[in-house]
Amino acid sequence: MSVAVVPIDVRSTGTLIEAIEVVYDFGETPALRGANVAIREGEILAVMGPSGSGKSTLLHCLAGILVPKLGEIRLSGERVDTLAESARSALRRDTFGFVFQFGQLVPELSAEENVALPLLLGGVRRNEALVRAREWFGRLGIDGLERRRSGELSGGQAQRVALARGLVAHPKVLFADEPTGSLDSLTGELVMELLVTAARQDGTTVVLVTHEPRVAAYADREVIVRDGQVTSLTPRDRAT
Amino acid sequence: MSVPLTLLGLLEREPSHGYDLKRDYDTYFGRAKPLPFGQVYATLARLSRDGMVAPGEVEAGDGPDRKRYAITPTGKEEFETWLAEPVEPEPHLQTVLFSKVVLALMLGRSAAHYLDTQRAAHLQRMRELTELKRQDNLMDVLLADHGLFHLEADLRWIDMTAARLPSLAAAVAS
Repeated sequence: MSVAVVPIDVRSTGTLIEAIEVVYDFGETPALRGANVAIREGEILAVMGPSGSGKSTLLHCLAGILVPKLGEIRLSGERVDTLAESARSALRRDTFGFVFQFGQLVPELSAEENVALPLLLGGVRRNEALVRAREWFGRLGIDGLERRRSGELSGGQAQRVALARGLVAHPKVLFADEPTGSLDSLTGELVMELLVTAARQDGTTVVLVTHEPRVAAYADREVIVRDGQVTSLTPRDRAT
Repeated sequence: MSVPLTLLGLLEREPSHGYDLKRDYDTYFGRAKPLPFGQVYATLARLSRDGMVAPGEVEAGDGPDRKRYAITPTGKEEFETWLAEPVEPEPHLQTVLFSKVVLALMLGRSAAHYLDTQRAAHLQRMRELTELKRQDNLMDVLLADHGLFHLEADLRWIDMTAARLPSLAAAVAS
């Protein structure tokens, strides 16, 4: 990487995004039962927990995709959960980035158009969006793949394209849900290395949902979601 | 880690001075615990006594390290046999982790709390090893991977045990 990494000391930053006593049900099934978590600006937080514990639901609530039944979601102190859908949609487009496990690239578009998508949706002109998108191909070691469609990419290449798309608009928060879940160990490690390096360079806060300890080990600290509640294993003051 | 067999392996490449052996041992195998010079020469003396290595002529020059050691056919055979043998798998059937969980359940303490504390300690160590891997030294990466996969195995056991705590508590109480 040519850009010097100057990690910010997350111990000295304030809370950027938080869930306060969040409750969410899927019909009769409770998913979150009073979940609390506060994530500092620039922090990389791993959200771990067994299947069905509510960790992805927590991510979706934090990202404004789901609206909690009770409790609050705050971004820089401002309520997110009380915003209208159009405002939350704008927030997801302009302030948040997303990387999921698989099936996230639009198959009809080329790799560079996929990366440019958040910029195009945010009103950036097509030429400029594509120029900015292409910068990411070199940064993530996928140059030469700009014109390929998702069907012509390997799993690791597609995931790096998805990572570029998640970061291209310089989001404040990147939400990554099992970003290496469909990759082999070595490719998963490469994707995590790129994700962490890019996030640190840009000062992006990352909420990383994973059940894999080796992936969580890239984070500054981890929390465990169990039965819809959040347990912090690392005292925040120890997080580096 | 078998120091004599590792030194034999290093001598398989070419006859070497004790100093070269120590340097290569420390580079590849002794990152956490370098080999003292005294141990190098004591090991070479024993290997020589057992016919595994042969010291060469004393070379002209200063300093104590003027002998080049070469591996003998017996030494080669010993090394080949060792290299091809699988290492004894260690099932760790009676670990401290296991004992702590059982004792906590037996004495009515919080086994869940202990498992959480252990999980945090394991993850902290995994973070340190991951950071070590990011320094880009392939030998460190290889060593750190070995540690990471073992810690991950422990963590899987910790998760499984946490999920089984209610039935374990019943089993210990009966």
